[in-house]
Amino acid sequence: MAETTEMLAVLPLDAWHRARGARMVPFAGYAMPVQYEGVIAEHVWTRTSAGLFDVSHMGQLQVAGPNPAAAMERLLPGDIIGLRPGRVRYSLLLTKEGGIVDDLMVTNTGDHLYVVVNGATKWDDLVYLREHLPPATEIRHLQDHALLALQGPKAADALERLVAGVSGLTFMQAGHFEFHGRTIGVSRSGYTGEDGFEISILADQADALADALCAQDEVKPIGLGARDSLRLEAGLPLYGHDLDTETTPVMADLQFAIQKRRRAEGGFAGDMRILAELENGPAQKRVGLNVEGRQPVREGALILDSEGSEVGRVTSGTFSPSLQRPIAMGYVATPLAQQGTALKLEQRGKLFDAIVTPMPFVPHRYHRKQEPKP
Amino acid sequence: MSLHFTGEHEWIRVEGDVGTVGISSHAQEALGDIVFAEVPESGRTLNKGDEAAVVESVKAASDVYSPVAGEVIEGNAALAEDPALINRDPEGEGWFFKIRLADTSELDGLMDEAAYREWVKTL
Repeated sequence: MAETTEMLAVLPLDAWHRARGARMVPFAGYAMPVQYEGVIAEHVWTRTSAGLFDVSHMGQLQVAGPNPAAAMERLLPGDIIGLRPGRVRYSLLLTKEGGIVDDLMVTNTGDHLYVVVNGATKWDDLVYLREHLPPATEIRHLQDHALLALQGPKAADALERLVAGVSGLTFMQAGHFEFHGRTIGVSRSGYTGEDGFEISILADQADALADALCAQDEVKPIGLGARDSLRLEAGLPLYGHDLDTETTPVMADLQFAIQKRRRAEGGFAGDMRILAELENGPAQKRVGLNVEGRQPVREGALILDSEGSEVGRVTSGTFSPSLQRPIAMGYVATPLAQQGTALKLEQRGKLFDAIVTPMPFVPHRYHRKQEPKP
Repeated sequence: MSLHFTGEHEWIRVEGDVGTVGISSHAQEALGDIVFAEVPESGRTLNKGDEAAVVESVKAASDVYSPVAGEVIEGNAALAEDPALINRDPEGEGWFFKIRLADTSELDGLMDEAAYREWVKTL
């Protein structure tokens, strides 16, 4: 075993997880709960009620100083200057060649930008940001904060009882609220495809919030195992698996994260390549795959065309608890990325039939703002 | 009838020269929710330690090794439709395959039930 318990960082809620029977595993340098009662039960609970996830391993950053939005736009292809206060946007941190350093969420708090990055990449991200942002841009790493996610169709009811006002948020909105007399940051967002919230809270208060949430009938703690199967069903990529510095936002089929003004103006790392890919199409593209049979096909499996030639690789795969069948995502040569294309997957010498399928595999159920009636 | 266990958490229950093989309760618990199992076809010849079957949870795939050498006489067809049987009854209905032992003396190298249960507590 390369990683021992001694080398792992400890989450603020470590003892809380263990007391609830969590199995702890190494992930992103932390001891993290992979499951409590079982991945499938936790997965189904989140889709039907509300699941509490501890994602305190993720990096919470504040980007401040003179015009932090303009500074961040050098490295992100998203419209950050146009992001209004109280709004959240998914974006991508890019290399100068257009490869993806990380994927992240940016919130305009009104005072500064609040950025959440992946746990496994946060230390490298900090170095990258400090190297590439203007010296006057201040980057603060909120290491004294925990991050909890409450996800599922009953999340709003459960959280509103404890934190008045949160149910007024719609998808990708954020605000400051009060819990036990102290300020917490709440956004209506998540990584499961369900309605839900992400809650930034001082680490010493996280126990009290987790206890109060799980004291409600709708809420159970959910481990990393179900987090992965939920995000896969939702078609959401996982950094380090489905995204890396060799993939671009266009290859990853994340064009929605490149807003109109940025397409017109460029001015971000890798813009030449990314704008050309928007115009002409990328060489490879991330697709969803429905796999025949019952056996999961996982990361690393080869993707073959009908002639048996290698045309890509699976980057994530699992057994979908909601659909009761194996699903996967991977990259294929663009001409084969069309919905309905029949492909073969090769894993440990065995061939599987697969069909290119639009994602999400399971429809998103976000609480979007209602369009005003004419 | 005798029951034996391997250090890889397989069990084998032997009557005469026929053994029934599965994975232990400890193993199924460590794997978590099992969503797929592939058992060997009858007629296949296995050496002791050969990869005989595959079991997959939501998260990962694992191999099941044959505790002894011999010829497979039956795979458990029920597992294809209901792999969760391995979680529900790992040391009973959730068996993987039956094998005609080539050499019953190979059983001497395996743990008996008491020794296995004691050892698992130390893991």
